[in-house]
Amino acid sequence: MSRASASIKAYDKLFQAAGWFTTMVGLFVLLVLFIDIFMDGYKRLSLDFLTSYPSRKPEQAGIFSAWVGTVWIMITTAMIAIPLGICSGIHLEEYARKNKLTDFIEINIANLAGVPSVIYGILGLGLFVRFMDLKRSVLAGALTLTLLILPVIIITTREALKAVPFSIREAAYALGATRWQTVRFQVLPAALGNIMTGIILALSRAIGETAPLITLGALTYIPFLPKNPISVSDQAPYVHVSAQGFLDPFTVLPIQIFNWVSRPQKGFLIDAAAGIMVLLLITLCMNGIAIYLRHKFQRRW
Amino acid sequence: MENLMEHEIQEKEQIRPGNPIAEAIRESVFSLQNLSSYYGTKKVLNEINLDIYGHSVTSLMGPSGCGKSTLIRCLNRMNDLIPSFSAQGKIIFKNTDIYSPNVDVTELRREVGMVFQKPNPFPKSIFENIAYGLKIKGISDRRLLEEAVEDSLKRSFLWEEVKDRLNDSAYSLSGGQQQRLCIARALAVKPEVILFDEPCSALDPISTAKIEELMFKLKEKYTLIIVTHNMQQAARISDTTAFLMMGELIEFGITKDIFTHPKHKTTEEYITGRFG
Repeated sequence: MSRASASIKAYDKLFQAAGWFTTMVGLFVLLVLFIDIFMDGYKRLSLDFLTSYPSRKPEQAGIFSAWVGTVWIMITTAMIAIPLGICSGIHLEEYARKNKLTDFIEINIANLAGVPSVIYGILGLGLFVRFMDLKRSVLAGALTLTLLILPVIIITTREALKAVPFSIREAAYALGATRWQTVRFQVLPAALGNIMTGIILALSRAIGETAPLITLGALTYIPFLPKNPISVSDQAPYVHVSAQGFLDPFTVLPIQIFNWVSRPQKGFLIDAAAGIMVLLLITLCMNGIAIYLRHKFQRRW
Repeated sequence: MENLMEHEIQEKEQIRPGNPIAEAIRESVFSLQNLSSYYGTKKVLNEINLDIYGHSVTSLMGPSGCGKSTLIRCLNRMNDLIPSFSAQGKIIFKNTDIYSPNVDVTELRREVGMVFQKPNPFPKSIFENIAYGLKIKGISDRRLLEEAVEDSLKRSFLWEEVKDRLNDSAYSLSGGQQQRLCIARALAVKPEVILFDEPCSALDPISTAKIEELMFKLKEKYTLIIVTHNMQQAARISDTTAFLMMGELIEFGITKDIFTHPKHKTTEEYITGRFG
């Protein structure tokens, strides 16, 4: 073996070791964080914790209104952001002519995806809370988070559509399909796995957002839930549908956690750790679903 | 080389006795009049005049970049998908210029089907692949769809191989089967003309032979136009051949004549393998 090839081999080994080391640094820090939170939080984590409203006494405080608020916000955000994002993505990728205007829109969407979330909070405060007079409601919060994740959804939709090979479109057009028939029945189903993956990842980012909702003025002490959209009573017509919940005030898990962390009592730190565990679990579940969808819809062309 | 060609032509004559060429050439299906086309400002076809006859196989032959793919994609206006494309001149199909503004392109493409170079089935089941062309026409009756799927698969000689697994993914088929599925898919829409853009270039010789045999049967009912850069293939399967080079139509005529007595020196040089 020549000296040159020996030194090349040595570099290879060196790089391998360096790669392993850097990966481990990240994993190790994460692991320490997990263990730290778990050690603090596991004592407080119980059904009681999940079904109690916040309280002045740390041992009685729970995250009921926080996790229900998070569910409300996430579902409302998804209902608004998903159709808007997918339709915009389809329009930009499949319909819009390539010209200066679409280039301009494209660059701006990419930029919007990088805007700090606090800025969206300020926008939401001005536009939804004050101008549209939605108060500090679920709807105002969801609209603000929609603005936050819309660029990400549009970009992932476009990327997913772009990944569908041109030959699939050609095949559909050659059979006499219109543009809509091509997109609706061939391109979109083929891209759906990637689109859904992107959407879930966007939502799992939104679920941890605190800054825009605090800027919006979301309350930290909420001893009640938004009104159920469907309720049953013993009076006709027995089943009542109400949209009032969308206009009710709310809090979400990250705000509750933030609030507890900033308290001086030790007990609230334990509550916060338990809350973080719940939030982490929800995020992990969502990411798990995203990975599952990616595998389920994975296609070879 | 020339001997090989002649041998193959003779073989073809044996498959089909009588005088197939005179029989085949009855009426022109497509009439191209001074057709020029451009990508942006680059001219890719220059004043092509060509009549394509019904119930026969016409091959478009020529070296890479000669414009043969562009030409075949003019016939069902697939080039419309390329934003910079433009065409001048006329293509008469059923007494109408297909490039005139009031032509419904989707209607045209139902009558002029297409099979592509690389098999491109949809990422769906075998059944769905064929049913799609009918569904977009508004046919949703399950029984009608089943009949059409069976009929199309029988016509493309794929039925026996796939009849027990119509709900399997089209990607579970071999390359040659996928290409025949694509042909079945085109047949289901009941076209009059089928365009083949180098349909065998991604296939092995056995699959190629099957496709060629299939085309031979199909021309009884359909008009077939095939782009190929494989001269032997053009000689084997086509009744008429057009030879293109650098966007010009050099020669067009009965395949046998083109291969045995080419009128142009360039054609002769190409088919004898002196370039290309």
